[in-house]
Amino acid sequence: MTDRNSIIGKVDWPLLLMYFALVVIGWLSIYSAGMSEGYHTIYDMSQFCGKQMMWMGISLAVGFVILLLDAKFFDAFAFWIYTVVILLLLVVLVYGRATKGATSWIDFGGGIKLQPSEFAKLGTALALACLLGRQDADLRDRKTRIGSYLVILIPAGLVLLQHDAGSALVFASFIFVLYREGLPGAGAIMLIAVAAATVFVLTLLWSPKVMCIVIGSMFALTLAYYLLNKKKGLWKMVMVFAFFIAFVFAVDYVFFNVLEPHQRIRIEVILGLNDDIKGAGYNLHQSRIAIGSGGFWGKGFLQGTQTKYDFVPEQHTDFIFCTIGEESGFKGSLVVILLYIGLLVRIIRLAERQKLAFSRIYGYAVAGIIFVHVAINIGMTIGLVPVIGIPLPFLSYGGSSLLAFTIMLAIFVKQDANRLKIL
Amino acid sequence: MNYSPKNLARRQYVIIGIFAVVGVVFLIKLFALQVLDKDLKQSADNNVLRYVTQYPARGKVFDRNGKLLVYNEAVYDLMVVPGQVSKTIDTMEFCRLLNISKDSYVERIVKAKNHSRIKASVFVAQISKEDYAHIVEILYRYPGFFFQTRTIRHYPSAIAAHTLGDIGPIDQKQLDADPYYKRDDYVGQSGIEKFYEKELRGKKGLRVVMVDVHNREKGSYLNGMLDSLPVPGKDIYLGLDAQLQAYGEQLMHGKIGSIVAIEPKTGQILAFVTSPTYDPNLLVGRARAENYNKLLNNPEKPLINRAISGTYPPGSTFKMVNGLIALQSGSITPATQFHCNGPGSTPIKCTHFHGSSPDLANAIENSCNPYFYEAFKTTINNSKFGDIKKGYEYWYQMTQALGLGHKFDTDIPYERPGNIPTRAYYDKAYGGRWNSVTIRSLGIGQGEILVTPLQLANIAALIANEGYYYPPHLIRAFGDSTAIPEKMTTRVETGIEQRHFKVIKAGMNSVFEGAHGTARGSKIPGISAGGKTGTAQNPHGDNHSIFIAFAPVDDPKIALSIIIENGGYGSTWAAPIASLMMEKYIKGYSERPAVEDRMMKGVINYAIKKKK
Repeated sequence: MTDRNSIIGKVDWPLLLMYFALVVIGWLSIYSAGMSEGYHTIYDMSQFCGKQMMWMGISLAVGFVILLLDAKFFDAFAFWIYTVVILLLLVVLVYGRATKGATSWIDFGGGIKLQPSEFAKLGTALALACLLGRQDADLRDRKTRIGSYLVILIPAGLVLLQHDAGSALVFASFIFVLYREGLPGAGAIMLIAVAAATVFVLTLLWSPKVMCIVIGSMFALTLAYYLLNKKKGLWKMVMVFAFFIAFVFAVDYVFFNVLEPHQRIRIEVILGLNDDIKGAGYNLHQSRIAIGSGGFWGKGFLQGTQTKYDFVPEQHTDFIFCTIGEESGFKGSLVVILLYIGLLVRIIRLAERQKLAFSRIYGYAVAGIIFVHVAINIGMTIGLVPVIGIPLPFLSYGGSSLLAFTIMLAIFVKQDANRLKIL
Repeated sequence: MNYSPKNLARRQYVIIGIFAVVGVVFLIKLFALQVLDKDLKQSADNNVLRYVTQYPARGKVFDRNGKLLVYNEAVYDLMVVPGQVSKTIDTMEFCRLLNISKDSYVERIVKAKNHSRIKASVFVAQISKEDYAHIVEILYRYPGFFFQTRTIRHYPSAIAAHTLGDIGPIDQKQLDADPYYKRDDYVGQSGIEKFYEKELRGKKGLRVVMVDVHNREKGSYLNGMLDSLPVPGKDIYLGLDAQLQAYGEQLMHGKIGSIVAIEPKTGQILAFVTSPTYDPNLLVGRARAENYNKLLNNPEKPLINRAISGTYPPGSTFKMVNGLIALQSGSITPATQFHCNGPGSTPIKCTHFHGSSPDLANAIENSCNPYFYEAFKTTINNSKFGDIKKGYEYWYQMTQALGLGHKFDTDIPYERPGNIPTRAYYDKAYGGRWNSVTIRSLGIGQGEILVTPLQLANIAALIANEGYYYPPHLIRAFGDSTAIPEKMTTRVETGIEQRHFKVIKAGMNSVFEGAHGTARGSKIPGISAGGKTGTAQNPHGDNHSIFIAFAPVDDPKIALSIIIENGGYGSTWAAPIASLMMEKYIKGYSERPAVEDRMMKGVINYAIKKKK
């Protein structure tokens, strides 16, 4: 290993330090969240914090090995890794153990369980980077486009078949990659997605009728504008408005006929249409109270009460942010959010300085995945997003999640450290 | 659009912009929640929060006539939150009030701390109303301590201890099995308290109150948003007849054994007596542990419910089973006669002198051993089965259908299955070489056969019903009229045709009324009953006295089994007690005070005898 020392000099330390900070904050929070039952040390292997420490060790070791590997390895083996992940997802579908309604674990016995969907994101990121990183790849070309869609949608579909809607949603994050790599209309897709989300919310809050009137009058105004200014492309606008009118009715139908009752209630709770604080709204209320009671300075490490009284469910996994909010207050929330934004911006900046398209695309994919996780998870705990069970990267308790995110990041760091060797 | 690399690279700013906008939106929302929203921070100004569990009232238990058997009484647990206890309190006075030593105080605080500094632990459990009144007045001087109301059971008539069961502190296994429970909870440990734990317990509520530095409650936190009301448990109506139960316990006083009485048409248990018994009020409150250990170490083993966990050879009470199987298989008819040579018979002697050769009804009346050995032999050797092993398998299947050799698994915990030996067992024991002589004891209910008193009572019930039974169970209904488990209301067919029961019932009737009936001395005035005596050989001492019976013969309202350990012949103790139980249940009183008196005062428990 001639480059052992040099690799330490070449890795991007700001990125790694932000990563370490998040992991340690997560570990301490898991320790604190577990303090409701008896005294134990942070190293206690029978507790979540002790197990998380073990996974931190494993992640660190695996991450280090990745840094020592040849950087070209991942480009070369991207599709093999992808294939293995797809097979694992199929195995889960067939033999998977049901946990919480979602069939997503493979049990290796001896308490070791893996969640292939966590690794599916990684595999997809590698495969997409490999596909789009080719010299002749061009997203304006139909073949490349269809290939990319398949690479993303196959694992997304398999995860959805496990009834893990949250993890499937994460695959939407690849839109950032496609946008950056010049997919025609990707920007419009993102805009329409935002508009559709707005229409969705407003349709439920008001009613399909009112929404039709609103969209109709907006259409009238646009029509008048186009006619008065004699602008071209009117038919495109007609299509867009027709789409939204259809969408309004689709929302109504999907909401009442397609969504499962628990999903419907979660959305109603978020919109304030349903104030069922003892039932479906319970999690949200409890987590808001926990975070809100933290104040600006927080109650102090290990001093949280809401999160210690089992009011907040899943507080060491999906709701870990509650513990931070309660015990560290707004200053803690600020630190964590700034760390995430800093980490994401750093990844994007590093991605842009890559010489290899593979490395750049992969970087964008990693940033997108982390971003969607953070947005959904924190959004959920503070009541901006319906309850969707996905972990907070690096912070939530869970070996599969921590290991998968660490590997994801380590591969990118390795690519970056290797960039100067590329001629 | 311009797709040049330079232009595409600029798209990074759009993406970074999206990240930043979401981050800012989150921070604004968090600022609003954590800094601006004052509602969520009422606790910040010197108040601490106290989480008071609202224990629901456990369901009450009534007998079949609505008589109250179990109700609740309030007691008070003194709770402590170690993190809130002030270091400057006067512990001397506090310990004196609680009647504990300083060492015990420290020990309790340490134990609570080991559990949690923030969560409340029980400091002193189950303080009486009187002591509570004294302590609560000075509690303001002791921050971190508070009272939590809880209920304990009370049994007004102190009967049916084993049936009702008891409630005890939860153990680790139970804690792990059900997340509903928390440390310091109590759960049903035996009897219906155990089986109907989920229905009886109700649902705990919670009150979150703010407490100031003077240990004063300042009202509900967040206007009660976190509070929940407790839901009381379901009441339970048992099939038990409290009067009959008490009468049975009186009759069994000074004896070891059990009485199981069943209402044949429903399978509901009318009386479930095991002796020696104990006062269920002993296992309640702070003296529970001490009393429990005393009962546990008592050589007479009063904690054991002999009616379900005692297993005995059924002796002659098994003869009806053999008679029924022989009839159903077509091996005998009611008119079939077998020769009896009295005590000179082989391979099984008869213990009675009676005219030969008896038919089936006669054989039951006289409890003729050779007759039932022959009937059993004829059944398993019946040529229609091919060979004796096949014949034995048929016989075994029929005993299973009659409710023997397995548990009923209704609502009675700790039931034992008894034993009917399988063909495989004999193949192994005799190396495959066995015949009807080898297993002759089965013909008269001896040998490897073991039954519980509950199974025996069920035999009486299915004979009373002429061919079917309902699995014996304790519950009659829930207070809220929800359905009881289906298993208990599902009729079980034995596979023996109704027509075969006529002769069996006639034989059992003449056990009371025939000239030679083995229980003719226990005839009930004005009630025609059917019964059968049994004497189970006991290698450890005097034989056990057994009796099964039902009454009235035409429309049976009660079927029962009685076992008096070391009571000798069935006719000596078990038959008279059975007759009194049936008379009491049907008439409400007994016309034979002399028999009643003799039975109640009779002592055949060795331990008690020795003391005298």
